[in-house]
Amino acid sequence: MSIATMLLQLGRGLIVTVEIFLLTLLFSLPLGLLFSFGRMSRNVIIRNLTKIYISVMRGTPLMLQLIVVYFGPFYIFRIGLEGYRFTAVIIAFSLNYAAYFAEIYRAGIESIPVGQYEAAKVLGYGKGQTFLRIIMPQVIKRIIPPVTNETITLVKDTSLAFVVSQAEMFTLAKQIAAAESNIMALMVAGLFYYVFNLFVAVIMERLEKASSYYR
Amino acid sequence: MNLLQISHMKKSFGTLDVIQDISLTVTEGEVLAIIGPSGSGKSTLLRCATLLERMDGGSLSYLGEKAAWEEDGRCVYANKNELKAIQKVFGLVFQNFNLFPHYSVIKNITDAPINVNKLPRAAAYEQAEQLLGQLGLRDKADAYPYQLSGGQQQRVSIARALALNPKLLFFDEPTSALDPELTGEVLKVIRQLARSHMTMVIVTHEMQFAREVSDRIIFMEQGMIQAEGTPEEIFHSDRERVKEFIGKYN
Repeated sequence: MSIATMLLQLGRGLIVTVEIFLLTLLFSLPLGLLFSFGRMSRNVIIRNLTKIYISVMRGTPLMLQLIVVYFGPFYIFRIGLEGYRFTAVIIAFSLNYAAYFAEIYRAGIESIPVGQYEAAKVLGYGKGQTFLRIIMPQVIKRIIPPVTNETITLVKDTSLAFVVSQAEMFTLAKQIAAAESNIMALMVAGLFYYVFNLFVAVIMERLEKASSYYR
Repeated sequence: MNLLQISHMKKSFGTLDVIQDISLTVTEGEVLAIIGPSGSGKSTLLRCATLLERMDGGSLSYLGEKAAWEEDGRCVYANKNELKAIQKVFGLVFQNFNLFPHYSVIKNITDAPINVNKLPRAAAYEQAEQLLGQLGLRDKADAYPYQLSGGQQQRVSIARALALNPKLLFFDEPTSALDPELTGEVLKVIRQLARSHMTMVIVTHEMQFAREVSDRIIFMEQGMIQAEGTPEEIFHSDRERVKEFIGKYN
């Protein structure tokens, strides 16, 4: 296989990797906020259910979660789903990352001094307004560093999709390496992950700078 | 009609009765100072009066509108909309300012008028600029709270409260987080407000200030009003405890 062919194949895989990455962020960021509300809920049942959920998602391997989400429907309902592979990958990644994001949001929300809520209340802000106008902007600033960490981990975690044979970059690199008896493709894939993450880091740094106009 | 009326307010945290039984009224244009040692329940009284804390017994009303009252020995509060209307009667200035750090000074002052009271933007900004001028902060409109001294921050928080045109302004130890120099500039602003007959209830440890600015002083201890009177009556009280307390500050 020529280097050009290899790069082309890895490039195609990279597109799938980027898709998994972006869709996971798109779903897990809002879902995580929802779970963080559940985690802080005054309702004991909701609070504990969310707590157990987060504990399981963080306490078991993402690889296993991928397998369960992908093969689960077949074993439980005896149905084979056409074209379900990619969807399963996105569902598993989103559910897993939402659990981590939920804890980041919770830490951020709980770090805002109670005086901010009290000032808003006395000024007549409603609960929704208080959260959206006063609390959330401050939370976002505080959680950028931990969210950056998770986002960078996500870039690398997309490679776990190989376990359900999703043809993302790492899966392809492994196949090429096996066929050619040469780890070159894996090294190149590693380089691609690194460059991808450099890009992610630059964007997050910009976000951090954009929110540094106040302390 | 009394602007504020509190009758037999009670509040406890667990087994600790922070407010035993307090009744007081505030009439329009009056400046009431509340003094007393730490832990006497002054701040809790203010927090209950401003609806930040729920009282356990007694009643609370503004301009004759009941915010809370007693029914079958339990304290009941008015519904959400009624409380929202009552909330507009008063403002509160906190000990540690509680400005919104992500908003500039002018946004801190205009955000609630625009988004809560639905005041047109231009009117809100005009009013805010006038307030800033009055409080000597004209050149700070675009600064962020972290760029200001404590005294400036507290003046901004006073402007923020005034921007909603409250009929009554509460101050919870407004100078306790400030050094003497900065204390002076905040007290000056409160004096200004007193001269313009703003109705105020001020919890403070600044005895001379309380004496000079208030029409009436309440001395609190152990969750009760121990003495009440004009500044002269309080400062020349023959009650041993009041004398002892005030003596410590002179």
